[in-house]
Amino acid sequence: TSLTEVNSFSPSVPISPSSMINQYKFEDGPELRDLFITVDDPESHITAIETFITYRVVTKTTRGEFDSSEYEVRRRYQDFHWLKSKLEEAHPTLIIPPLPEKFIMKGMVERFSDEFIETRRKALHKFLNRIADHPTLTFNEDFKIFLTAQAWELSSHKKQGPGLLSRMGQTVRAVASSVRGAVRNRPEMFTEMSNYMETFSQKINLLDKIAHRIYKEERDYCNELKEYGPIHTLWSASEEDTAESLKGIASCIDRCCRATEKRMAGLSEHLLPILHEYVLYSEILMGVLKRRDQIQGELDSKVDALANKKTEKDLFLEEIGKLEDKVERASNALKADWDRWKQNMQWDMRSAFTNVAENNLRYYEE
Amino acid sequence: MEDCLAKKMEITVSEAEKRTGRNAMNIQETYTAYLIETRAVESQTEGQCAPVESLWRRYSEFELLRNYLSVTYPHIVVPPLPEKRADFVWHKLSADNMDPDFVERRRIGLENFLLRVASHPVLCQDKIFYAFLMQEGGWKEMVNETGFHLKADSRLKALNATFRVKNPDKRFTELKHYSDELQSVISHLLRVRARVADRLYGVYKVHGNYGRVFSEWSAIEKEMGDGLQSAGHHMDVYAASIDDILEEEEHYADQLKEYLFYAEALRAVCRKHELMQYDLEMAAQDLTSKKQQCEELATGTVRTFSLKGMTSKLFGQETPEQREAKIKVLEEQIQEGEEQLKSKNLEGRDFVKSAWADIERFKEQKNHDLKEALISYAVMQISMCKKGIQVWTNAKECFSKM
Repeated sequence: TSLTEVNSFSPSVPISPSSMINQYKFEDGPELRDLFITVDDPESHITAIETFITYRVVTKTTRGEFDSSEYEVRRRYQDFHWLKSKLEEAHPTLIIPPLPEKFIMKGMVERFSDEFIETRRKALHKFLNRIADHPTLTFNEDFKIFLTAQAWELSSHKKQGPGLLSRMGQTVRAVASSVRGAVRNRPEMFTEMSNYMETFSQKINLLDKIAHRIYKEERDYCNELKEYGPIHTLWSASEEDTAESLKGIASCIDRCCRATEKRMAGLSEHLLPILHEYVLYSEILMGVLKRRDQIQGELDSKVDALANKKTEKDLFLEEIGKLEDKVERASNALKADWDRWKQNMQWDMRSAFTNVAENNLRYYEE
Repeated sequence: MEDCLAKKMEITVSEAEKRTGRNAMNIQETYTAYLIETRAVESQTEGQCAPVESLWRRYSEFELLRNYLSVTYPHIVVPPLPEKRADFVWHKLSADNMDPDFVERRRIGLENFLLRVASHPVLCQDKIFYAFLMQEGGWKEMVNETGFHLKADSRLKALNATFRVKNPDKRFTELKHYSDELQSVISHLLRVRARVADRLYGVYKVHGNYGRVFSEWSAIEKEMGDGLQSAGHHMDVYAASIDDILEEEEHYADQLKEYLFYAEALRAVCRKHELMQYDLEMAAQDLTSKKQQCEELATGTVRTFSLKGMTSKLFGQETPEQREAKIKVLEEQIQEGEEQLKSKNLEGRDFVKSAWADIERFKEQKNHDLKEALISYAVMQISMCKKGIQVWTNAKECFSKM
């Protein structure tokens, strides 16, 4: 399905020939990747004002546009957040991968507990790798700077670019246009996507909750087993004839307990993070669809204005032309990315649930 | 199990029925009656089936039977009845006595009780037991006529004996400790098992939610749709399978419960021994003190302080005739006492011998039964795992087709 469909739906996406080749490479498999990123080694830094964690980001690449083939930098969560905003700015209708949340609402996880840090690290690692795998985003300039710049270089680069005020202006316009109501000329395709997204988001949230609930029940089950086993050992002390059988049962129960723990670990390492990522993804996708609608909204309002203003027709037409292009580009980009995303999602879900099934098989075999 | 009733006759408790009637206090009540069916085995020639006899009994009548047996055969470890009220319930089971599952399990327990009594070499020969199985009317009166109530020892007396007995047979003391340990460990095990069952139920049932959501999700997917839908179906199967699994486990729990109650029966035999031993010790003590009194009177020496001695010192000695009379009475009592002591000793030794024989029989039965129960539990667990493997293999296939 992949390659031909992508290209047939995005005829006017400005892709440079070289990136076309690279695009082929990505879709074909990780062996042909030329950018490898790892996120590891969390370290905590304590200053007078605050305490924060930095992660080591190691990049290995064979690409020409990179000055060196290996980079190692330290980044904190703020930096990742900056990168994400820049990518969203540059590509409003592309699907930017989700960042792990700033805070965790439910659960008693402390900000700097080991579990929290490790979960976050894995998510950040995924985040960067997804960007690297994306045919367009991987060539983003800010991305490159993120991977290669030293701390002070990054800070000074961050200070450039549209200031706070202009960013606020964008937000205001966005809010205003969404207030104006549903877009009129939305192509059927995007309405379908929007409906799909609503249902998908609902379902994925449910699955996330269910998976967490299963995890909790398994943990409670395991705890009870921990008490259940030793009782048999205790009993075997009073018996003569049946002592061996009782001790045997006690040791089997212990093994069940350990097998359950393995099953739980499988859940928390594979299924739970993926479900969570897609919960975030569903929010992102809804946002992306909205932004596309906004752009279309701008176009539509201009078309309306044209109908009312007979003068300055030419100027308007030019603007409209530009906007139409913009809309088309945005829509196409979105469509292409959507397809790609769905494929990935399918693959991810498939592997996640297959993994769960395998873990369960292993559990029962034990 | 040489000439037991169980070999000569098939006994089943085949049905249970709800009834209403008036009880002893003329108050309307609802109770469950159980149908006991018996059929002679010996007279079954080829192709010919002996007629089935049947009658209805309620739980309180079973209780009466057991009380009678416990009092009449105190040296026997009498099989226990299934519990009166549902205990060790976990979340899904109800604690209601009228609940059909509870009634069903009780029916099986009552049948088991009858079979145990019928296979016991001593108990199976009891006439009251036979009448319980065969004679519907007038059975209660028959039991009461035996006057077994009078033979029953009061609990207070038994408690007293437990604390005050000086020289009980060591084996019985050990046995009592064992039965205490058995009771405590089995009840602990049953409690935790109930909690484990609860949790396991939770794990399985939540997977059922997967089934529902997968099915809803598959409606919006094109390529993933089929895989999701069929995987969801398997999740539903998985979630439903726990009901049967846990029902089977209840039978295992019931087997353990029987031995929990058996511990009480063991303790009862030990208590009887303590009582007899205490009785013996008291009788011996009484005899010794009487002999001493006799000696003192005869020789005129007061070896131990006694109020009598004091008063006679204060108010003057008794006349020689009075003393003679006293000595005569005491000598008679002493003779009686010695005879009684001899017979009590004999009784005690007989009791110990026959009780211990039954206890050995019980130990063998217990070891055999427990081993079987544990094996069947293990088999249950294996079958549960096999089912799990099947479901998840199917699910895996569906997932890989997504």
